[in-house]
Amino acid sequence: MAILLNRNTRVLVQGFTGKIGSFHAEDMKRYGTKVVGGVTPGKGGQTHLDVPVFNTMKGAVRETGADASIVFVPPPFAADSIMEAADAGIKFCVCITDGIPSQDMMHVKRYMMRYRYEDRMRLVGPNCAGVITPGQALMGIMPGNIYLPGRVGIVGRSGTLGYEAASQMKALGIGVSTSVGIGGDPINGSSFRDMLELFEGDEDTDAVVMIGEIGGPQEAEAAEWAKWNMKKPLIAYIAGLSAPKGKRMGHAGAIISAFGESAQEKVEILRDAGVVIVSTPAAFGPTVAGVLAEHKKAA
Amino acid sequence: MDIHEYQAKELLSRHSVHIPRGGLAYSPEQATYRASEIGGGKWVVKAQIHSGARGKAGGIRICTSDQEVCDAAEAMLGRKLVTHQTGPRGKLVSRLYIEETVDIRQEIYLAFVLDRKAERVMIVASASGGMEIEEIAEKQPDSIIRATVDPGAGMQRYQAREIAFGLGLENNLIGKATETLLGCYRVFRDYDASMLEINPLVVTRDGNLMALDAKMSFDENALFRRPEISELRDKSQEDPRETFASDRGLSYVGLEGNIGCIINGAGLAMATMDMIKIAGGEPANFLDIGGGASPERVAKSFRAVLGDKNVETILVNIFAGINRCDWVAEGVIKAIREVGVNVPLVVRLAGTNVEEGKRILADSGEDVIVADTLAEAAEKAVAAWQAVTMKKAG
Repeated sequence: MAILLNRNTRVLVQGFTGKIGSFHAEDMKRYGTKVVGGVTPGKGGQTHLDVPVFNTMKGAVRETGADASIVFVPPPFAADSIMEAADAGIKFCVCITDGIPSQDMMHVKRYMMRYRYEDRMRLVGPNCAGVITPGQALMGIMPGNIYLPGRVGIVGRSGTLGYEAASQMKALGIGVSTSVGIGGDPINGSSFRDMLELFEGDEDTDAVVMIGEIGGPQEAEAAEWAKWNMKKPLIAYIAGLSAPKGKRMGHAGAIISAFGESAQEKVEILRDAGVVIVSTPAAFGPTVAGVLAEHKKAA
Repeated sequence: MDIHEYQAKELLSRHSVHIPRGGLAYSPEQATYRASEIGGGKWVVKAQIHSGARGKAGGIRICTSDQEVCDAAEAMLGRKLVTHQTGPRGKLVSRLYIEETVDIRQEIYLAFVLDRKAERVMIVASASGGMEIEEIAEKQPDSIIRATVDPGAGMQRYQAREIAFGLGLENNLIGKATETLLGCYRVFRDYDASMLEINPLVVTRDGNLMALDAKMSFDENALFRRPEISELRDKSQEDPRETFASDRGLSYVGLEGNIGCIINGAGLAMATMDMIKIAGGEPANFLDIGGGASPERVAKSFRAVLGDKNVETILVNIFAGINRCDWVAEGVIKAIREVGVNVPLVVRLAGTNVEEGKRILADSGEDVIVADTLAEAAEKAVAAWQAVTMKKAG
């Protein structure tokens, strides 16, 4: 079953006919994702990559019965597209776009509060690599072939560091149930904690790897939640040991600005919560293998 | 993006925030002229650099004569100020702000920040101004007042009033404080700020409320719609290595080590730097080459990294998703031939078309140290750098 995404998820692509949208929509289809259409305002009625193009999300949902969407719209217009998806009844949205102003994301989060919790769209991203359920479907920009289907969940801020973890695991024959990139922005749709809750409740996931970095309160929040609520083993790595305070390291959110936001402090908080720490970025594979072996013995 | 104190004050003063009278000077002569323009017999000469804690570094001086203003300006202009926020390289003073002095009755701390937990704009205030917020949080945590703003409705007048009363201001100042707080919020919202700090906001003896200092940063992702803020950028305050890179669309942060890094993805870049440190080396920089690592971008990255004279080894680590390793390999070879790389070069490629990429590197005849894994890459880079150091030592 995995989380968020499977082979039956019906996906719309927002920013469908652009260069980036087209490239990744094609790649997603090739992987097996059910791409049922796309939206580019003004190009409604055309056919692109063998599926229909619509002017509005409401029209697209009505005609295709889509329940998910992925946003490749440029930063100035991306927040608007996310809100359009939410209002069209989309249940799950991935926003890949990097560079959305923080105040726009603040408005998006506030806007979503108008829907009852059970009707509210789940947003992953922005500024993320997307979501993949290996062997089933891909909603994102990651290379599908580095993920082996399996039973370990991955959630991380960074795209390429997530690839690094997945490929180290693959080299040891360890597969992935679902991998989620929550993105590198300071305000994002889903937090680490949100994803841990989903993985904890997923019967196809045995353990979770969390890949955090400097800046923001989300890793500490996740640790606190996991300490009291998580039965499955949680394994974590925090990037940015060598990052200086007050400097933005690429990601808009990767800046140490308060107490508890440096890599060292986050590692301490996680360790105190009983989380297994991946000591170096080269140790994802062996650490996960060790935890799985122990878990098996205990069970 | 940071701006100068005088720029922040100018923005704020257009939105109901009172500031002392002042003027900008680029030379000692201009500084004395500004002082005479302002009048009175006492002025503050303030070095305009993108950093707090200027006072302790000699960047703020009180003067009581034209000659003192001139001397202070002479001493500051053209000098590099080193504070605990600037790093050891310091920041160049090329502008001064000359300001009238005011009689202070009370100092207040006031800040507007983007709170990541609440995902809203948060107002932080304290009646114990004059100290840095870290110090207030440690010594008088109970004095800190916090409030968050609903982004749909904006900041409400009652919120400003609550803060004003919470600060213990007298009744006749509540109106002024409310206008000041609402004005700050409008500036923060309308210009896409990420931080606004007024420390101190002072109550003067004659019953006015004034911003004595002001610090502002802006959301770089929003600059496309704030041309009036982009214009305030002062490149002289940036690390020249970072300016070179950002003008070429690269995400770069200069550090103090000797191993230059070229990596795709911010997370992998941070992790690779960590790995270098674990292997016993020090990274010279953070550099995220981004999604489409074309040969031109790779060459630009090499130029940016080699622009730092401390770089004695380069480590390239690319995990190709959207990229393809064969393109990256071609870019690396092109860079070696065009830019001229005269330090050891370690390259680790992974992901799409990795075999093809490795073959291109091997067939090129160039001197490239190839690594298969992240750990191997960091170890080889550190070993290569240590060999360079040994050779230099004799």
